[in-house]
Amino acid sequence: MGRYVVRRLLQMIPVFIGATFLIFLMVYALGDPVVGLFGDRAPDPATAARLRAEFNLDQPVWRQYLLYLGQILTGDFGTAFNGQPVIELMARSFPISFRLMLVALAFEIVLGITLGVISGLRRGGGVDTTVLLLTLVVIAIPTFVLGTTLQFFLGVELAWIDPAVGPQPGLDELIVPGLILALVSLAYVTRLTRTSVAENRRADYIRTAVAKGLPRRRITTHHLLRNSLIPVVTYLGADIGTLMAGAIVTERIFNIQGVGYQLYQGILRQNSPTVVGFVTVLVLIFLLANLFVDLLYAVLDPRIRYA
Amino acid sequence: MPEQRDTPGPGPLAAREEAAAEAMTVSSSPETARSLGSDAWHDLRRNPIFIVSGLLILFLVVIAIHPSLIATRDPLFCELGRSLDGPAPGHWFGFDAQGCDVYTRTVYGARASIAVGVCATLGVALIGAVVGGLAGFYGGIWDSLLSRTTDIFFAIPLILGAIVFLSMITLTGIWPVVLVIAALGWPQIARIARGAVITAKQHDYVQAARALGAGNGRMLLRHILPNAVAPVIVMSTIMLGTFIALEATLSFLGVGLQPPTVSWGVDISAASDGMQFRNAPHILLYPAAALSVTVLAFIMMGDAVRDALDPKLR
Amino acid sequence: MSHDTGATDAAEVGADDAGGGGPLLAVRDLAVEFRTREGTARAVNGVSYCVDSGETLAVLGESGSGKSVTAQAIMGILDTPPGRVAAGRVLFRGRDLLTAPEEERRRLRGERMAMIFQDALSSLNPVLSVGYQLGEMFRVHRGASRREARERAVDLMERVRIPAARERVNDYPHQFSGGMRQRIMIAMALALEPDLIIADEPTTALDVTVQAQVMELLAELQREFHMGLILITHDLGVVADVADRIAVMYAGRIVETAPVKELYAAPAHPYTKGLLESIPRLDHKGKELYAIQGLPPSLTALPSGCSFHPRCPLATERCTTERPPLHPVLDASEAPVAGRGSACHYWKETLHG
Repeated sequence: MGRYVVRRLLQMIPVFIGATFLIFLMVYALGDPVVGLFGDRAPDPATAARLRAEFNLDQPVWRQYLLYLGQILTGDFGTAFNGQPVIELMARSFPISFRLMLVALAFEIVLGITLGVISGLRRGGGVDTTVLLLTLVVIAIPTFVLGTTLQFFLGVELAWIDPAVGPQPGLDELIVPGLILALVSLAYVTRLTRTSVAENRRADYIRTAVAKGLPRRRITTHHLLRNSLIPVVTYLGADIGTLMAGAIVTERIFNIQGVGYQLYQGILRQNSPTVVGFVTVLVLIFLLANLFVDLLYAVLDPRIRYA
Repeated sequence: MPEQRDTPGPGPLAAREEAAAEAMTVSSSPETARSLGSDAWHDLRRNPIFIVSGLLILFLVVIAIHPSLIATRDPLFCELGRSLDGPAPGHWFGFDAQGCDVYTRTVYGARASIAVGVCATLGVALIGAVVGGLAGFYGGIWDSLLSRTTDIFFAIPLILGAIVFLSMITLTGIWPVVLVIAALGWPQIARIARGAVITAKQHDYVQAARALGAGNGRMLLRHILPNAVAPVIVMSTIMLGTFIALEATLSFLGVGLQPPTVSWGVDISAASDGMQFRNAPHILLYPAAALSVTVLAFIMMGDAVRDALDPKLR
Repeated sequence: MSHDTGATDAAEVGADDAGGGGPLLAVRDLAVEFRTREGTARAVNGVSYCVDSGETLAVLGESGSGKSVTAQAIMGILDTPPGRVAAGRVLFRGRDLLTAPEEERRRLRGERMAMIFQDALSSLNPVLSVGYQLGEMFRVHRGASRREARERAVDLMERVRIPAARERVNDYPHQFSGGMRQRIMIAMALALEPDLIIADEPTTALDVTVQAQVMELLAELQREFHMGLILITHDLGVVADVADRIAVMYAGRIVETAPVKELYAAPAHPYTKGLLESIPRLDHKGKELYAIQGLPPSLTALPSGCSFHPRCPLATERCTTERPPLHPVLDASEAPVAGRGSACHYWKETLHG
């Protein structure tokens, strides 16, 4: 197991470098970081040239990237548009987005799995059809439409919640945004759980469990769920990365000052260090989440043994 | 299973793929492929979900090509004086903030949304099928190289990559959106295609054909392609719906399509902006409904085709 | 459902001989249907048989003959829907299980009657250790503690002669060989020393050499615990050594029932005869091997009259219209042979021909 983890971590390195280089390329080859620094004003050619030299922008892209990589390894992600180090923005915004993601994940686990198990056990019934239709509707309506309308009804019309979230939001303020962020994944979790439960229910080992004279409840909890939830748990693990990326929409709607917000500000102001820095960290989280999922697989399913 | 896979994990969409990937085990020999195919067609023709979504998609495509068939006005003709007015005779959907006819704009919006969806999906399917197919077919070093490349693209969340790319370029219109979705969205299809090709390669009749001296080209065309196509098509259909939604999301974030392009995403984001819809819900309702119904139609179509092809659910 | 009084009579004669009192298990006129796309499939059409303690009844038939479905109906593990018991009774020590409440049936399963399945790999839960799955019997039915259950699991594994049982008790099913897995299935069925065991093709998935070992073990344990055993199989070779009586099934009906030696010596139904003749034999070397013509009938559209008539070499006009009851088989002196019955109008001709 230990050797497997090391091997997978090593395999992650080229993927990490490749993915971040792609992002780097997009930002530094397509955009002009120096223009971004000046905002709407036209840059003075002499200053621009000095800045180019200072930020290694006169070097070929691959060297720029290597220099950048060296910098971030020492924790230096550069400076944001307002003069703050990017790493400080990260320290402030990642905890917020992480909380938001936890709320979303909780919704997926509690609501998604419950609905999925119920509809999987009653496949073809009224509850199942209703749940299935609901998931389709949720998947079909874009998150930002649901988000803005829910914000309008709950926040403005009914005034149940504050339509905008404070700069240091607590978990309670993040419930509605978390639900919005979770919605699409929630629908997929429900459908996946449903399929998995319905499939496993017809498995031979369930028939054996019945023939052993086990009570129905025990068969469901100890035999059926244990097997059915393996793909669901791994989906949830991998979803951590997707949720962090999806937060850009939710945070925009509710004005939450998390990762998505900072990233959006960075893009808006053409601040390259912010954009590249945040995306790099997100890619890293995404890769680590995937590794975590693979390890989870081994823990949950004894048939998988890593060499 | 991780032990058979060198890639760094199933990824967030792995489970979504999984269901579609199941379809790749569908046909085990040319005979059963044919009978399963016709069986699936037999099932589909009687499936109301397939019929409804099929007709809907047909309608949407016709409207996207010839919007003037059902909308006679000019979508860019607006009267500021009628800004946010409700339904009026001849303008049953009311007017938007610019005083444009919402009905006309909703009809014309189909063109951009469907064009982005179809073109992006074609691009994704083509890149994914070629990369995944070659990786699966040749194996060895090619597989390692192509799979690792797939992983790299897979590691960049689609929406994140699209936002960064689109915000950095100055071009507007549907093509940059299509380009970035195609360039970043293909890894899922590649993984499915690779799996399907590897599965097909292991079939006894393919082994037999190889033993009898069938060439690589013939093997690919006659034996492997037919088996790999179904899962790719199913996955592409489902993705088409999500790409249309993605275009709208990108427009909402201000990096997708921009006015004067007429698209559902542009209209929805205009309506959502500053909650303009609070006094005139119709400006959000109609484009959002059109978009949702379209996405739903493609997802249901993909679902129906997959269910028909999946003998496990029979 | 029509009632084959002949069938019940003929079958019960054997049981009385074997047990003396009421039989351990008596199935009466059992009918099971499945709803399918093509219509209602009649998987079991009035099956009657009985088994007594210490007795082995072999139920022989091709796949689709209804032998497994009958067993599932006895155990109460039929998939409902699509399956449904349409008629009949299942008497376990005189108590009709089909009318018994589900909770009572559940308590009987595992405790008094147990089942061994064909494919041990898919029939054992892949994510639970074999020790857990064995111990679960004691925990659920006997309220044993975790530690106790583990000890009993080791005992059971030793009893079915799994080497290094104590070390392997925490292993998972996929870590065992096919034969060892089937031993674990047997151990699980035997755990609570039930009165009746139904073994559904217990050796079909195994290598021939392992088959014999597993069958031997099963027979030995059955003698030791004096259990009733229903052995479901399509393999005539397996039956000969271990069974006391045989019931041959075809298209959801019992077509012949007989003590094992007599059936082998002189079958009284053309189907049984066909099965026996299709076994390769050394003394018939060089001759063409016999094969029953045609295919088993579709269960959604059973042939009229005798279901076997389209494939039967002896079939006449009568066989297409009149369904033969299970006739008691008489010996040369016209006295009924104990436990023998044949559902053929021409059983006499078959027996002597």
